[in-house]
Amino acid sequence: MLEVKGLRVAVAGTEILKGVDLTIREGEVHAIMGPNGSGKSTLAQALAGHPAYTVLAGTATYDGKDLLDMKPEERARAGVFLAFQYPVEIRGITNSYFLRSALNSLRRERGEPELDPIDFLQFLEEKLKAIGWDDSMMNRPVNEGFSGGEKKRNEILQLAVLEPRLAILDETDSGLDIDALKTVADTVNKLRSPDRSFLIVTHYQRLLNYITPDVVHVLADGRIVKSGGPELAHELEARGYDWLRDGVMVS
Amino acid sequence: MTSIEAHVQQPYKYGFVTDIESEVVPAGLNEDVIRLISGKKGEPEWMLEWRLKAYRNWLKMAEPHWPNVKYGPIDYQAISYYAAPKKLPKLDSLDQVDPKLVATFEKLGIPIEEQKRLSGVAVDAVFDSVSVATTFQAELAKYGVIFCPISQAIREHPDLVQKYLGTVVPYNDNFFAALNSAVFTDGSFVYVPKGVRCPLELSTYFRINASSTGQFERTLIIADEGSYVSYLEGCSAPMRDENQLHAAVVELVALERATIKYSTIQNWYPGDEAGKGGIYNFVTKRGKCAGANSKISWTQVETGSAITWKYPGCILQGDNSIGEFYSVAVTSHRQQADTGTKMIHLGKNTRSTIVSKGISAGHGQNTYRGLVKIMKGAEGARNYSQCDSMLIGDKCGAHTFPYIDVRNSTAIMEHEASTSKIGEDQIFYLRQRGLSSEDAVSMIVNGFCKEVFKELPMEFAVEATRLLGISLEGSVG
Repeated sequence: MLEVKGLRVAVAGTEILKGVDLTIREGEVHAIMGPNGSGKSTLAQALAGHPAYTVLAGTATYDGKDLLDMKPEERARAGVFLAFQYPVEIRGITNSYFLRSALNSLRRERGEPELDPIDFLQFLEEKLKAIGWDDSMMNRPVNEGFSGGEKKRNEILQLAVLEPRLAILDETDSGLDIDALKTVADTVNKLRSPDRSFLIVTHYQRLLNYITPDVVHVLADGRIVKSGGPELAHELEARGYDWLRDGVMVS
Repeated sequence: MTSIEAHVQQPYKYGFVTDIESEVVPAGLNEDVIRLISGKKGEPEWMLEWRLKAYRNWLKMAEPHWPNVKYGPIDYQAISYYAAPKKLPKLDSLDQVDPKLVATFEKLGIPIEEQKRLSGVAVDAVFDSVSVATTFQAELAKYGVIFCPISQAIREHPDLVQKYLGTVVPYNDNFFAALNSAVFTDGSFVYVPKGVRCPLELSTYFRINASSTGQFERTLIIADEGSYVSYLEGCSAPMRDENQLHAAVVELVALERATIKYSTIQNWYPGDEAGKGGIYNFVTKRGKCAGANSKISWTQVETGSAITWKYPGCILQGDNSIGEFYSVAVTSHRQQADTGTKMIHLGKNTRSTIVSKGISAGHGQNTYRGLVKIMKGAEGARNYSQCDSMLIGDKCGAHTFPYIDVRNSTAIMEHEASTSKIGEDQIFYLRQRGLSSEDAVSMIVNGFCKEVFKELPMEFAVEATRLLGISLEGSVG
């Protein structure tokens, strides 16, 4: 589904990703772990197409298409979803209106009829329940006055509503209490399917206790320095990242 | 140019010229020109005398230069003060309106044929210096509501006009108000009798067509005891290289328990990208809450004009009276706006609310200037002010000058202000959810303006949202 080769990305003139190779097949869940500043979020933002992230070299092919050539909204409409580490606030626009607009832009792309506010509320009911929310959260402006945990839940709600093919979660677990963490994991696990893939960016192994990844990668200094199965996450939890930094390059 | 800045530039949609035979008085201003205008309107002697008094005062006044705007000198002798289509209909016979005029207003989305009525709205259509049609006059008359061109009111309702004209904005109030008092041509007159809730939205549409002319509209609205009226004005002008002057005066009088809701959607030609051409919109608007428990609410959406200079205000004279000001002002390209409000609290327990939203894009300069004055006798007065500025791009400016003058220690004043920059991160967030960059910007801007738009009558809120979409399109790519 996604094939990244030799990806080099700079932010404000500084090269952060220095040649990343990554292949995610349909139905797989990949975790990207690594110390702070290793380039995890840069990879997430670059794949989603944030204009502040400049691609210097490399390719990314998504469903046979050149992902790097697509505008952010085209990537979104093609099924690429990014759960943001720091979701922004949009004053004056209700969560409900925002999410319905987003869903309808995807439905238009798929040639499906748009949902009116009433149909949308019905569609939403079950998904809201799953994350433990009621309608009142939908009538508040997008993320305005939300706690850190509420913002993350809101990202997960969007994930559940927009049903992407490739979901990238950028440190969605950071700052969450255990209940919220379980909610995130439940949603992801429910959405796991043979034609949907996940790329989970995380600093800690914690989330991976609830979501078992197929592949774990370690990103350090802009390169993937080690890949392995779910057991790699436990090893990292026990040993930290330093042992990988000392020039030990294992693939 | 960043992707956001690329979004503001969209051609002006209403810039066409109507090819119509007009009578234009030669440029220049003197007492003879004023006599000529007064004569053309068939005015009584007292009106002419009032105009001349204003003119003689104006001669002694100096153009104000304290607003935070820059423009070259205006040659008042190079302006024609009267222009009117030659074929004018007789009063109250709408079928005689020149089809070219009907087509012009149709193109602007303003139907002046009653069978095509805008749902629940009566319209007075003003073309250059004259009103060409006023719809639903007869229907409104059944309720005792007078809605007509002010020139007609001067002839047919002289008592009301004489009683109230100049009582809120005196003929010598300021330079542009004095000029208007001397040469005003048309505008609307509204009188709502005691206890009547005006059954229709009243609306005036101002169109400048002729070149080298100024438009000097004068509007007077009187809401008698316990009455209610909602009034809306809209405006547009052709695209021309020259700057044209629009110096209007609007006076509102709300008697005991009366409510006046006054909404403006201002879309005069703003000039081109380089700042050539466009309307100078130098306007004096003021309302007086003369009676106890009266209320005046101003809502304005200012998207047009090269320069905007206006401070719709309220004199809160009656006890428990309420003044409100809700404003969205957009400046893009080289537009400049210096706008805000004045709330003068005289009566006891008077309350005022100010919500101002300034949006600057391109090289636009947006200034909020407001005065809240609590006079000695205004026991228990309250004011709440909120000024929010939004910047799009890095070549525009936002300025805020809130003046507060409190002379009674029981007053409660609240002031909030914010400045935000519409950021790449906000736009990226929305695009990541599948919205185009245009839709993303328009969603962010609409959210920012929501508190003001919700004050507009339904039909016009839709129009305002659309208009904002247009004036910002192209500022993000």
